[in-house]
Amino acid sequence: MRSSTVTRAAGLALASLGIAAVVLGDARPGWPADENGGKERIGRPATQEEIRPWNIDVSPTGEGLPPGRGTVQQGSRLFATKCAACHGPTGIEGPKDKLVGGQNTLQAAKPVKTIGSYWPYATTLYDYINRAMPFDAPQSLTPDEVYSVIAWLLFQNKVIAEDMVIDAHTLPQIQMPNRNGFVADPRPDVR
Amino acid sequence: MNRRKFLRQSASLMAAGAAALILPAARAEEAGPPRDPMRVPGALPRPYGERSPFEKQQRLGGAGPGAPHGWGANAPDNYNSLTPLQDLHGIITPSSLHFERHHNGVPAIDPTRHRLLIHGLVEKPLIFTVDELERLPAVSRLAFVECSGNTWDGWKDAQDYSVQDTHGLTSTSEWTGVKLSTLLEAAGMRSEASWMLAEGSDAAGLDRSVPLTPEVLQEAMICYGQNGEALRPEQGYPLRLLLPGFEGNINVKWLRRLKLGAAPFMTRWETAKYTDLMPDGKAYQFTLVMEAKSVITYPSGGRRISPGLHEISGLAWSGRGRVTKVEVSVDGGRTWQEARLQEPVLPKCHTRFRLPWRWSGQDTVLQSRCTDETGYVQPSRDDLIKVRGTNSIYHYHAIQSWKVEQDGSVRNVNA
Repeated sequence: MRSSTVTRAAGLALASLGIAAVVLGDARPGWPADENGGKERIGRPATQEEIRPWNIDVSPTGEGLPPGRGTVQQGSRLFATKCAACHGPTGIEGPKDKLVGGQNTLQAAKPVKTIGSYWPYATTLYDYINRAMPFDAPQSLTPDEVYSVIAWLLFQNKVIAEDMVIDAHTLPQIQMPNRNGFVADPRPDVR
Repeated sequence: MNRRKFLRQSASLMAAGAAALILPAARAEEAGPPRDPMRVPGALPRPYGERSPFEKQQRLGGAGPGAPHGWGANAPDNYNSLTPLQDLHGIITPSSLHFERHHNGVPAIDPTRHRLLIHGLVEKPLIFTVDELERLPAVSRLAFVECSGNTWDGWKDAQDYSVQDTHGLTSTSEWTGVKLSTLLEAAGMRSEASWMLAEGSDAAGLDRSVPLTPEVLQEAMICYGQNGEALRPEQGYPLRLLLPGFEGNINVKWLRRLKLGAAPFMTRWETAKYTDLMPDGKAYQFTLVMEAKSVITYPSGGRRISPGLHEISGLAWSGRGRVTKVEVSVDGGRTWQEARLQEPVLPKCHTRFRLPWRWSGQDTVLQSRCTDETGYVQPSRDDLIKVRGTNSIYHYHAIQSWKVEQDGSVRNVNA
């Protein structure tokens, strides 16, 4: 029965991917039945309280964004103290990834891929900065700090106005300049 | 007194005197091996083996497209290391020489404290310890893992590179673990689930969205074993995701969480990075499969050969299945001969090919091109660039050219 759940789900997964469905074989590895004729239980049920601190991802719909808010002004101060050493005072000087500018360069001989020129979703900024930045102290920023630095980066990239407040409500609504810049894998494209 | 007992006693005597004396054994080692190894008792067994001190092959540090390779002065910025393909035999990559790519260092993880959480669109969210996973029915398979940035310098002008520089971000291991389907079945995957976020417990918290296609549901593994022992820390100790044939980055290492969802999560790694920019300014996204690719590893860049008989040898692989044919050209692509494929020839795995060749001493260009079981033929560099331009960074898989100069030196060229 569980196996048929996987099979059914796979069919749906495929339909949504536009791939022809293939019926899965019985994926069960054939564990011996216990004395009641059932399958041995593996793993331990996870409670919602246990899941919460692990569940740090943020989706394009905004699912996963915490309470809190940030402004361009707060972000400017924070960027100068915690980000500028790697990304430069205005986010373009490096030495690490260029974060600002580059719009309309994607067809150029040397494209400049930044948040403003390349990133399709603003929510990705929360997911990434919250989990991985600053590089030498990941997961050290508060939600307000993450929202603030996002506000500053989006303002520097001319995506939002200087007085915009970034929070769980506003962030998913932001239309990124390169939102329609991606296509599904068409390969094999070279023969 | 038998020999073993004598040696053991001598060893403990020496250990006792170690504080005050220079050990005779240590002196012998410094002096190197004896002139005649038949006239001196050899070394005793040891708990964990190491290669002969005469063997010096090593990984090569790397730091991105165009950056110089090496250790030492470049080390602070190294974030990958490349496998010495020119020095390896057969198809397996020794675990110590498996390439590395990590996004904020290799985490130190105590396996007794590590947990894997499966949640999201499942009936019952579950937590597993590593021990519990190791108790479950397991599978092993050989598979290559290739960084989609492998050969990224191929898009640009050819540098004075060895095959380690050009192709060293691919390795093959025997991987052992639990099938993903086993865990999804236990958690009860819900019908609306079509994507899965996989997340590592490194300082990058690397996260990728995995499409739950039949191929993934059939083949994906949660691995704890590599070449018969536990995963190396650089390859994800204690747990990694293995998606045979898919780009290295999505084979998430230090795996701590799988979250099922109804859409891709659009992480930085599948939007800002690991997308392939085309000449029209659009980028391919979720280009997961590694296409058919091959390279001659002997002779290759940096070697010098003499006229006479050589066995051309190399590796071929495809993320779409088995390699069915490798052709070699010893005249810059004018004519092609079929190479012998060495068994085993396995799907989504390095395959070794060989072709005897007599070098006349005239300069020439050596190339290999492989075909996989879908009929796909590895393209020429020109054909690849015609479609994709030179700015897509990832997924360069064109035919590699090695120029053999009249003096026997071999170098990397864009033929």
